[in-house]
Amino acid sequence: MSEGFVHRYIPNSAPGVREAMLEEIGFEDVGQIYEEIPEELRFTGELDIPKEPVTEFEVAQRIKAMLAKNKATDELLSFLGAGCWPHYVPALCDEIIGRSEFLTAYSGADATDYGRYQTIFEYQSMMGDLLAMDVVSTPVYDGTTASGDAAHMASRATGRKEFLVPSTCSPDRLATMRNYCDPWLEIKRVDFDAETGQMDLEDLKGKASSQTAAIYVETPSYLGFIEAQCADIAQIAHENGALLVAYVNPTSLGLLSPPGEYGADIACGEGQPLGMHMHCGGATLGILACNDAERFLELMPSFLIGISSTLVEGEHAFSWHTLWDRMMYATRDKAKSFTGTSSWLWGISAAVYMALMGPEGMRQLGEVNMQKAYYAMELLSSIKGVKAPTFASPHFNEFVVNFDETGKTVSEVNRALFEHGILGGKDLSGEFPQLGQAALYCVTETHTKEDIETLVEALERIVR
Amino acid sequence: MTTETLTHGEYDKHREYEQIETGYQAVRWHEPVIYELSRKGSRNQIVPEAEEEIRSKVGDVVSHIPEQMRRENPPELPELSEPEIMRHYLRLSQQTLGFDSGISIGLGTCTMKYSPKVNDQLARLPQLSEVHPLQPEDTIQGILEIMYELRNWLCELSGMDEFSIQPRGGSHGVYANACIMRAYHRSRGDAKRDEVITCAVSHPCNAGCPSTAGFKVIQLYPDKETGDIGLQALKAAVSERTAGLMLTAPYDTGVFDSEIGEYIKVVHEAGGLVSLDQANFNGVMTRLRAGDIGADLMHFNLHKTFSTPHGSCGPATGAIGVKQELRKFLPVPVVEFDGSRYHLNYDLPQSIEKVGSFYGVVMNALKAYAWIMAMGARGLREAAEWAVINNNYLIKKLLEIRGIGIAWPNRGKLQEARFTLEKLKEETGVGTSDFNLRITDYGVQSYFESHEPVIIPEPVTPEASDTVSKEDLDRFVEIFRRVSEEAYTDPGIVKTAPHRCAIHQTDPEPLHDPKKTVTTWRARLKKHE
Repeated sequence: MSEGFVHRYIPNSAPGVREAMLEEIGFEDVGQIYEEIPEELRFTGELDIPKEPVTEFEVAQRIKAMLAKNKATDELLSFLGAGCWPHYVPALCDEIIGRSEFLTAYSGADATDYGRYQTIFEYQSMMGDLLAMDVVSTPVYDGTTASGDAAHMASRATGRKEFLVPSTCSPDRLATMRNYCDPWLEIKRVDFDAETGQMDLEDLKGKASSQTAAIYVETPSYLGFIEAQCADIAQIAHENGALLVAYVNPTSLGLLSPPGEYGADIACGEGQPLGMHMHCGGATLGILACNDAERFLELMPSFLIGISSTLVEGEHAFSWHTLWDRMMYATRDKAKSFTGTSSWLWGISAAVYMALMGPEGMRQLGEVNMQKAYYAMELLSSIKGVKAPTFASPHFNEFVVNFDETGKTVSEVNRALFEHGILGGKDLSGEFPQLGQAALYCVTETHTKEDIETLVEALERIVR
Repeated sequence: MTTETLTHGEYDKHREYEQIETGYQAVRWHEPVIYELSRKGSRNQIVPEAEEEIRSKVGDVVSHIPEQMRRENPPELPELSEPEIMRHYLRLSQQTLGFDSGISIGLGTCTMKYSPKVNDQLARLPQLSEVHPLQPEDTIQGILEIMYELRNWLCELSGMDEFSIQPRGGSHGVYANACIMRAYHRSRGDAKRDEVITCAVSHPCNAGCPSTAGFKVIQLYPDKETGDIGLQALKAAVSERTAGLMLTAPYDTGVFDSEIGEYIKVVHEAGGLVSLDQANFNGVMTRLRAGDIGADLMHFNLHKTFSTPHGSCGPATGAIGVKQELRKFLPVPVVEFDGSRYHLNYDLPQSIEKVGSFYGVVMNALKAYAWIMAMGARGLREAAEWAVINNNYLIKKLLEIRGIGIAWPNRGKLQEARFTLEKLKEETGVGTSDFNLRITDYGVQSYFESHEPVIIPEPVTPEASDTVSKEDLDRFVEIFRRVSEEAYTDPGIVKTAPHRCAIHQTDPEPLHDPKKTVTTWRARLKKHE
């Protein structure tokens, strides 16, 4: 069949190799090897896939032509966040993860993949410093699955059946968590203060009980405000013998109290802001961490890189065979958790990012994000009929803008903004109808003063 | 020569082993942990201060943060300048054996193959990398088109009717399929179905995922003679409580279960679903379609067969395929095309909703799509054939080496095979974990031994994918031959390996004891105080 067929990705397709190798193994035709598959199961038809290979030039040309139909945020002024945020990606992050050694490695031994393991150990370590937590996992899939893992851990650590989450939680995150909680935990929503967005502690106290496995808190919340009562919520959790799970935005942790300091037992979050481009939501890093208590360590579902020594004095070793017995790789179904290939390349990116920023860089990053968000809120509020923020609480780099008094829907406003080359905030009217015509705006260090003013001027014209 | 297990710091008397020429010496930078390189006050200027007008207008924003939520002590991150960070991570990359630099024939079940650089380059273009997932659909038609076209090709290759690329790994895909199974039986009011059947030579996720999703798992074992699980055993496990069967096909042992068609019928007759893990698809690509043989659900690993780079362990994609009857349970959104426009459909009322954020690792969709395009149907068939020929060549050659045997010798093998060093161990005391470390002294990647449970003693599971050459295979075999020889003549060399890698043998002890385990530098500082 493959007479004269030579493909650039298949070294052995060069002339003569097939015949020589088949002869060596005693087959006349490769079809004989496939006789291992029972005949009635074998596929013999033609696939509806273009038959002939395509040159590299043509691949590039065709893909570029398809991508040209996209309009990215380098051409548009975007205020979208909501789980995927625009941040500056330092050149060094791209440089290091572009190293083919990292890009094409997978699962080698401690000694052959030494650099990969040390780098991920350093990711864990720096993330531990940001979170003020002693145990950090290798990157898990994304922030939503990290939340699911945290819930699942809480269920197993306590043997209890209820998981309390704020009603302001991200619906997408909640959707993933519902799968991870099923059938172990029932998710119960805790009310929020309509004025401030803060968790309603009276409602929480009423719902927290000896059935509560954990209370989940987000700060900054999905809706952008800083949940100020984390320590009180931790206390309520612990008084009930429950855990506190904190979902955080790592870029806020130069300024905001870290989960390890207000009593969180498990921390989770989305690491994409730490040196990853947005990639249509595809470049995600689930942050998962816990207190250094044996009962949590042994419930971690994912790989952990531990540090050890070698036969030679002074040599470090790093290994993913750390507490291996807790995982499905050792005990299969008994582990009651799963993991596998996840998001390590982004852990490498995040390590480079955190090293570049250092403590002062993280503080400054947080401050600039807040300053710009506050500037945007202030200018937006000056527009007649526009209210920003909706919640009377401190905010980090996202906030809810309400358009009710403009008489326009968010959808109308966003369509009009798009005419100006602007992507308005995420429309919340479907997810949170009680907030009216509201949108979630995101302002980061990537937005200049002019960008913010351009948005405000456009909105003034649109809602006039 | 002594072959006792060495303890920490006792290597010095074996330094002569480092002098044995192997044709390879890994870079040894002795690179400190980044904290040890930190210099107080070093800084990098990455993002600018907010403009003066902004600062004066908003004032001291930090004062808005309630006192109890203000960070008191700055994070104790290391402080280094950019050139120092560059050098540190560059050196660490050099101490990592990626597919491109090493021969990775050893890593069975991983399908280590070449990832075309053009695909990485295309995925870095701003028209993808700077796209926000919530942009209006009109502004992301190009990427939706790629996702949709890939879906068509994956349907074609699998015989399934719909795909989702939301799961971010193979295990994640199997988990999503377990969630779909759960939703399917519930939708029929069939809640008593709480058992999933799998096989011990299927990837552990086929046990771990259904168990996490709440199922009881029944694990069958391969027959000693055939390597199949056998119809009798399967029938005995199936009952009115069977929710489904989750199998890797072909198995991690390279055996294609000759009765799988029968199992599928039996499970269907009992009212269960069949989910096939096609992580090992490479060798059967274009020759076997899960949908045609009756699977209701399945998954492909785009980071294996479909060439997207393994990324040091992800970003990955477990693309899940389902039959039409199960489409309504898929995670949302599903990409659709109305003839003129691509669209994200969230309106699947019985959907399991989400197993992860947004749409999955979209860049992997682009890379897999570009790879299939570059191969063409003809190239895909050729690649599969080479995976099978290369593997059978490897089997022939490795079995000529003293001390090496193979599991289920009477069965033909497809994309990989499980070897055993049982004889070598008996005769020399050198087991597979020793052997594995020694081959790395010759500049090749370590090999995959076996998933648990270890049924075949002293296992070795390599996989020679389509992108390795005959010369690579011959080199790999020659290394095995030499290490076998060393085992028979001077086992100490093997048992104290590696000698020519970035580091020497790891002391496993602190990794197994939760009291001593350390996963962060801060914990290390505390535990060493």
